[in-house]
Amino acid sequence: MSGTRLVASRLDPRDAVYSSVIAAGEPWIYEILKGQYLRIVDLDGNQAVDTLFYNASDPSDRYSAQDTIRSQRNIYLTTGTRLLSAAGTVLLTIVADTCGRHDTLGGACANESNMVRYALEKRHMHACRNSFLKAVLAWGHGLDKRDITANINFFMNVPVTPEGRLTFEDGISEPGKYVEMRAETDVLTLISNCPQLNNPCNAYHPTPVEVLIWNGQGD
Amino acid sequence: MSGSPVLWEEVVEGGATWSHVLKRGTTLRISDPGGNANVGAIFYNFECPAERFNIPDSLKAQHIARLTEGFVLYSDMGRILCSITEDTAGWHDPIGGSSNAALVREKYGVTRYQDCHNDYHKNTRDGFLVELAKWGLGPRDLPPNVNFFSRVDVAEDGSMAYHVGNSNPGAHVDLRAEMNVLTILNTCQHPLDPNPNYDPQPVKLSIRREPAAGPNDPCRLSRPENARGFTLTERYFL
Repeated sequence: MSGTRLVASRLDPRDAVYSSVIAAGEPWIYEILKGQYLRIVDLDGNQAVDTLFYNASDPSDRYSAQDTIRSQRNIYLTTGTRLLSAAGTVLLTIVADTCGRHDTLGGACANESNMVRYALEKRHMHACRNSFLKAVLAWGHGLDKRDITANINFFMNVPVTPEGRLTFEDGISEPGKYVEMRAETDVLTLISNCPQLNNPCNAYHPTPVEVLIWNGQGD
Repeated sequence: MSGSPVLWEEVVEGGATWSHVLKRGTTLRISDPGGNANVGAIFYNFECPAERFNIPDSLKAQHIARLTEGFVLYSDMGRILCSITEDTAGWHDPIGGSSNAALVREKYGVTRYQDCHNDYHKNTRDGFLVELAKWGLGPRDLPPNVNFFSRVDVAEDGSMAYHVGNSNPGAHVDLRAEMNVLTILNTCQHPLDPNPNYDPQPVKLSIRREPAAGPNDPCRLSRPENARGFTLTERYFL
């Protein structure tokens, strides 16, 4: 499949059953029911939204970046991508995308990886994997660090070159762009609205994003 | 690593799973005698397996989407589990993932132990999960894996294509353990291998002692990020 499929949604925000703004640098954890639609809106543009999904009935059955990209033979996520678990469960399908492509190779920032990537003194900067841990510990049900696996970075642009290089480029997202998914089973959704200040993934200025949920549309 | 004597050698047959705690100060050589082997691999800090191989951290720290000599395998705690000190294959795949029971059944058909004994069809995911269970670990502990000797090309539009013939007969890759590393290997075929036949290849393993990375070690100097990674790893043992 092609790496970019721009498709707008027909869902009206006035019909959403839930909406919330996730402030820059904050986590969000929420269960989406089978058939519901989840939209993530990049309110101010160029914001990385680090995201993990779990089968709500068995969180060890969780999003797998490698299985998802191999299944569609393309490293970028966009409209039509089925987000798979490692056990082969279709967790969600991307049904609309006005940004065009999303990363799932770059992972989430952490205190420790920031020390490696930028400087040992960066240890104390706020990071996604701290947000993930804070959210799963608050959620309970025994979730812990072992459940923090390779994630999706919605709105983030991480091209791979044919020579096997990985680069972090300025985002291709803009204010108001969104991605929308239909839950194919009950899924626990974990988001860290990325606080990274050391690279262009957030244009050096982390900003809020909005999440909206609609009930099933009879399809 | 040719200077020091081999501590032991072992053949891992095709479709098999192997595990061992590689000790800091040793190097594991994986050789592909016949060419076209595939070795799925995952790694853990043996003392605290919640610290495990992290492919995204390894790729973004070194700005790479492939692994070869001079690069290192990072844990999710900013430390280096293993360094790739020699490599004659030139490309090892960090994005293609592992085969699973459904994929193997679809590609190669069903074979059962009852019909063909130990030639029944295996898959990497089940191999990893059973081996993990031997160390008290489970599905939540299974991270994305690397595939040694395999290569998946990525085009400009993001599309992925398996690269046939990446590894030549006799190719090898050396992994120097920088920590005490629980290492799990599986020799099933790459999930994108276009070969229509179930034909997993054996590999040869050999282990030698190896001095710790010195100040001028090529993996340490290959990127400023890796110099910091080695510092953090060395501090763990202070």
